[in-house]
Amino acid sequence: MLLRHTPKEVMERNALTINPAKTCQPIGAMYASLGIHGCLPHSHGSQGCCAYHRSALTRHYKEPVMAGTSSFTEGASVFGGQANLIQAIDTIFSVYDPEVIAVHTTCLSETIGDDIPQIARKAEAEGKIPKGKFIIHANTPSYVGTHVTGFANMTKAMVTYFAESNGKRSEQINIIPGYVEPSDMEEIGRIAGELGIKTVMFPDTSNVLNRPQTGKFEMYPKGGVTVGALKTIGESKATVALGQTASWPAARALDVKCNVHCELLDLPIGLKATDRFIDTLRTIAGVSVPDSINLDRGRLLDIITDMHQYFYQKKVALVGDPDQLVALTEFLVSIDMWPIHIVTGTTGKKFEAKIQELTREIPHPVNVKAGGDMFLFHQWIKNDPVDLMMGNTYVKYISRDEDIPFIRFGFPILDRVGHSYFPTVGYRGGMRLLEKILDTLLDRQDRDSPEESFELVM
Amino acid sequence: MAAIDDRSAAPEIESIDPNAVKKELLSKYPTKVARKRAKQIIINKVGDDCAAPEIGANSRAIPGIITQRGCSYAGCKGVVLGPTRDFVNLTHGPIGCGFYSWLTRRNQTRPPTLEDPNFMPYCFSTDLQDEDIVFGGEKKLRAAIQEAYDIFRPKAISVFSTCPVGLIGDDVHSVAKEMKEKLGINVFGFSCEGYKGVSQSAGHHIANNGIFKHVVGLDDTQKEGKYKINLLGEYNIGGDGFEIDRVLEKCGITTVSTFSGNSTYDQFANAHTADLNTIMCHRSINYVAEMMEKKFGIPWIKVNFTGAGSAAKSLRKIAKYFDDPELIATVEKVIAEEMVEVEKVQAEVRQRCEGKLAMLFVGGSRAHHYQDLFAEMGMKTISAGYEFAHRDDYEGRRVLPDIKVDADSRNIEELHIDPDPDRYRPRKSAEQIEELAAKGFSFKDYEGMMPDMSDGTLVIDDISQYETERMLEIYKPAIFCAGIKEKYAVQKKGIPMKQLHSYDSGGPYAGFKGAVNFYREIDRMVNCKVWSFLKAPWQTNPELAATYACE
Repeated sequence: MLLRHTPKEVMERNALTINPAKTCQPIGAMYASLGIHGCLPHSHGSQGCCAYHRSALTRHYKEPVMAGTSSFTEGASVFGGQANLIQAIDTIFSVYDPEVIAVHTTCLSETIGDDIPQIARKAEAEGKIPKGKFIIHANTPSYVGTHVTGFANMTKAMVTYFAESNGKRSEQINIIPGYVEPSDMEEIGRIAGELGIKTVMFPDTSNVLNRPQTGKFEMYPKGGVTVGALKTIGESKATVALGQTASWPAARALDVKCNVHCELLDLPIGLKATDRFIDTLRTIAGVSVPDSINLDRGRLLDIITDMHQYFYQKKVALVGDPDQLVALTEFLVSIDMWPIHIVTGTTGKKFEAKIQELTREIPHPVNVKAGGDMFLFHQWIKNDPVDLMMGNTYVKYISRDEDIPFIRFGFPILDRVGHSYFPTVGYRGGMRLLEKILDTLLDRQDRDSPEESFELVM
Repeated sequence: MAAIDDRSAAPEIESIDPNAVKKELLSKYPTKVARKRAKQIIINKVGDDCAAPEIGANSRAIPGIITQRGCSYAGCKGVVLGPTRDFVNLTHGPIGCGFYSWLTRRNQTRPPTLEDPNFMPYCFSTDLQDEDIVFGGEKKLRAAIQEAYDIFRPKAISVFSTCPVGLIGDDVHSVAKEMKEKLGINVFGFSCEGYKGVSQSAGHHIANNGIFKHVVGLDDTQKEGKYKINLLGEYNIGGDGFEIDRVLEKCGITTVSTFSGNSTYDQFANAHTADLNTIMCHRSINYVAEMMEKKFGIPWIKVNFTGAGSAAKSLRKIAKYFDDPELIATVEKVIAEEMVEVEKVQAEVRQRCEGKLAMLFVGGSRAHHYQDLFAEMGMKTISAGYEFAHRDDYEGRRVLPDIKVDADSRNIEELHIDPDPDRYRPRKSAEQIEELAAKGFSFKDYEGMMPDMSDGTLVIDDISQYETERMLEIYKPAIFCAGIKEKYAVQKKGIPMKQLHSYDSGGPYAGFKGAVNFYREIDRMVNCKVWSFLKAPWQTNPELAATYACE
C-alpha cells in the first residue's frame, strides 16, 4: 500500500494541502507561449521554477521544451530583477534569436513587484530588442489560481500585445482551444477545416510539442500561431472560446479591445459538446456541415449503441482541470455512466454548480469539490468505491492501492504516450475515449471473471 | 574550422582542435557573457603533480542563457531530505515547488513492514494564496503542521521555505520551534528559498546544516555489527543504494546510516555512532562529513561505487581503513565472485562500444563517476561538466584554500562546530593515521574530476543549451549524458541520450550488478537500430524516383 497513511475518515483541513490536483501558474503560461511560432518562453524569477516547468512539460510530452530564465540571485530578490531581465533579453536575442520572448513571472518577482513592461521599455531604449522582434508578458503569480490560470493569462497577453483592429471585419474566426493537448488542437483545427472555415487558433502547440523525429533539432519548430496571424485576430468575425477557465479571459479581452464577438463553449469532449461546437461554428460562419463530419458523429453514436451495456451505471471518479472535467462529466452522463466523485484543484463555486447541474439525474450521491486535492479524492473513493477512475498519472498510486481501473486523462501524464498524438476532443476524440474506457473495463472483467463465465465474445 | 562545420560524417577526434572549439562556443555570445563563459569552458591539461587548470564554477548563471540548473529548494528538499521516508516534508509556499518535487526523483525506499511509515508518495504543502503573501503565512504554516500531525502522527516534520517565504518575512524556524514544543515531536525548518546561492548546491549545504543541527546525534544506541560505516551522498536512485548495501553486507560491513537513500529519521539520529564516513556524492554531503569529524571524531574518505573497478577499489579502501585481515580477505573474495559476470559482459560490449565517444553533463558528481563505467566499456569521455559543482569537485580538494566565496553565496550559513565534550572520540590515533597515510591512504581527500580526464578534453561548467548543441555538432558523440531537459533536444539531433539523473527509469547502475546493467543499457543505446531510419528511402535517393520498374 503506497498511500497507506490515507485514512478513510475525512478530517476537515484548512491549511494543509496533500497531493494537489493542480500546479502553479507559470507552467501554463510556458505551455501557452510554446503555442506561438518562433517564441521563447521566459521565466522571470529564480531559475528553479524554469527548470521544474521545463522538466514537467518534457516528461509529459517527451519533447524538447526550451525556455529562458532571469536566474534571480538573493541580491536581485531584494533589489529587483531589472538588470537580470535586461541581460536575459540581450543574451536571448544574441544567441537564440526568437521572434518573440514571452515573459511570465513567478511568486518571487510578483512578491517583489517587478514591472515587466517598464523593464522591456528600458531594454528597448538600450537597443537590446532587435527591430521586428517582440517582448510580451503576463503576470503569473503562483499564489493565485493554478496552471490553468497561467495559461489563460498568457493567452490573454497574446490579445493585449498583438490584436489590432482597423475597423474592418474579415471572414476569419478565432478559436481559443483551451489548455488541451497538441493533438486536440490539431483535431479542432481539422474540424474547422472540414467545415471550410478560415480560422486562427491561438495558442497552437501542435507540431511544437508533438513534432517528428527528423535527425535535426529545431529550436523553433514548424508549429505555433504566427505573429502575423495574431495581428489579424482583432479583425476576425468572431471568437470561439473553448473552456471557461482557460480561454474566456482572452476572448473577453479581445471583445473589449477590438469588439470581436465571442462565444463561450465547453471543451468539445464527447457527443453533445462537440455537437454544440460544430453547430456554433456552422452558424457563425454560415456554412453547412459536410458528410465527413456526419460520418464521424455517426460512428461515435454507433459505438455508444453497440457497447452501452458496459457503460450503463458504472461509477466513475474524476480528478483534473475544471474545463476538462465539465465536458467529460457531461459526456459520461450522456452514455449513462455515473461520475460520482469529482475534484479539481482550481477553486470556484461556478464549477461545483455546473457539475451538480450535469449530474442532477444520477440516482446516487455525487461529491464535487473545487479547490480539493487528491488526498480528499482518495478518501471519497475509499468511502464509496467506483468502477473506474480518470485523472493524471498520480492517480496510479490510488489505482494500485484500491485495485480500481484507471484511465490517464489530463495533465500531467508522465508514464505513457499517446495523449500528444491522438485527440480526446471532437467525435474522433470521443471514439478514442470510449475505446479507452471499454478496454479498461473489459480488461478488468476478463481479469476478474470466473473461468466458467470467461467470455470469448464481448 | 572546416572539420567543425562538416555535419555529414563523424569527425576524426585528433583533427579537432579544442582551442578552436572553445573559440567557436564563445563566438556567438555578447562580449560580457563570452568573457564569463570563457572561465567556465576549460581545455583540460593535467600537470605533473595532478594539478588541473583553474575553472570558474559555482558562480551565478547568466540570465537568458538557458541553463539547466535548478534552485536551492530543489537541492535541499528535492535532493537531500526528499528520500527520507518517515519525515513529513512540508513545503511552505505556493503549490508548484511541492508539486514538481513530488515523486519526480527516483529515490527508492523499502520500509521493512507495512506498519513502518512511508510518506514519500505524498506531497505536503501549505499552498500559499495571495492573502497569505499579504498578511503572512505563519498562521497557515502552524495550522498545517498541526493538521499533518493529527492525520499522520509522524516522527518528525520538516518545513522547507520557498522563494516568497523569505521576502514576506515568515519565520519558519520560530514556528517550527513552537510546534516542536507543542506536539512533542521534532519539528524543524530549512531556509532554502530558491534564490539562495546560485544553484541546487546552496540547498545541499542548508540541508546538511539543518539535519546536523536538528537530528544527528540525538540517539546514542549502538548498532550491532562490525566495521560500522555511514554511506554519505547516496540517494538510492533506481536502487543504487540497495545494490551497494547488498555488496557491503556480503563483505560483513555494517551500514549505520545512508544519507539519504532509503533512510529513516532514526538512522540520522544515530549516525554519529559509526566509525567511518564514506562519501559517494562529495558535492552534496561533504559538509555533514566534515561536521561529524569535528564533533564526533569520525574520519571520512571518498568512495565511488559507480563502475565495477571503482567499487572494488572503494571496498579495498574501506577494508584497509579497518585494517582487519578477516575483512580484507572477505572483500577480496567478494570482488572475485562479483567480477566474473562483470568481466563477461564487459568483454561482450567492448566489441561493439570500444573507442566510441561520450559526453557527460550531470549535477555535481556523476559526470565524474560515470566516466569510470564508460572507460570499462572502452569508451572515451571527450567532454564533461557539472551543473553546480564547485572548484574542489573539478580540480580536487587541494584548491579549497584558494576558493573565494562570492557575494551570491556569502549568505549560506557556515556552522561553527566544536568537539562534543562527552562523545568526541577519534576513531584512529594520530599514529594510526600516519601509518595509514604512509601506506598511501588518504583521508578527507577528493582529487576531483579533471585530474582523471585526458588532456585536450573540454570541461564545461553550467553548460548552456547553445553550447550543448554546438558540442554535439562538432564531436558527434556516440552518446550524450545529462537530464530530462536536454534529452529530447539531443535525440532530435539523432544522437542517443542517456539520463544520468533518472536513468531513464532504469538502474541500478552502482556496484557490480549496476555496472552490468549499465554496460547493457549503453550497448543497447549506441547500437540501437532506430538511428539508421531517420531518412525515408525517398529522402536519400530522390533522383531515382522517375525510373519505371519495367525499363
